[in-house]
Amino acid sequence: MTEVTGGIEMEEDTSGKIKKFLYINRKAPYGTIYALESLEVVLIAAAFDQDVSLAFLDDGVYEIIKGQHTRTIDVKNFSPTYRALEGYDIEKLYVEKESMEARGLKEEDFIVPVKVISAKEMADLMQSQDVVLSF
Amino acid sequence: MMKFGILINEGPYTHQASDTAYLFAKAAIEKGHNVSRVFFYHDGVYNSSRLTEPPNDDRHIVNRWQKLAKDHGIDLVVCVAAALRRGIKDENLQEGFRISGLGQLIESGIQSDRLVTFGD
Repeated sequence: MTEVTGGIEMEEDTSGKIKKFLYINRKAPYGTIYALESLEVVLIAAAFDQDVSLAFLDDGVYEIIKGQHTRTIDVKNFSPTYRALEGYDIEKLYVEKESMEARGLKEEDFIVPVKVISAKEMADLMQSQDVVLSF
Repeated sequence: MMKFGILINEGPYTHQASDTAYLFAKAAIEKGHNVSRVFFYHDGVYNSSRLTEPPNDDRHIVNRWQKLAKDHGIDLVVCVAAALRRGIKDENLQEGFRISGLGQLIESGIQSDRLVTFGD
């Protein structure tokens, strides 16, 4: 029994219905498991042909910064997986401008192409979704 | 009548998430709404451990979910990947819960009117 089978065997029950899913990432990549397990949800979600977007805010912006080195904390560096999202047709990635700037980051610091939007635009994005999952 | 899906991301007792989710589910059902599925993720998978033994004068979070699910036909689903990582398996899973994949969470999002998250 794997999560993948769990996803695929139920897919027929939801056929045809497409909802807008937004995954909000608010936590640093290491220190807690939220970021990693949230990414696992996104990868499974890709099998469901839904309209998927990802948002990065607060410390969540650190999840996609370049140059992550985790060997010394003996934890897997999972940041390359974000680059695989494109292959799953997950291409709508948003970063909140305020969170990015408060941490001294720029758009070119990220390992994946993102759209930088304001907190106000982020609120509108959330408002326009059917399902919002925040990790 | 609304159809609710619930996501619980924190373990019992340490965090209030599971308590609040339970009270929410109970209140929704009492008001005539439907709670179709509760999905346990992250440390939330610990809410399903059959080995849980709180002191007698405290609420039994695991058994409380079990009873609510039995009385109202709620599907209690524990994420397999999160569960295995934390040592939750069929042999220590409380009756009334089932272990399955993350697809069940996505499906709940698609099929419910609202998917409500309880976590940190």
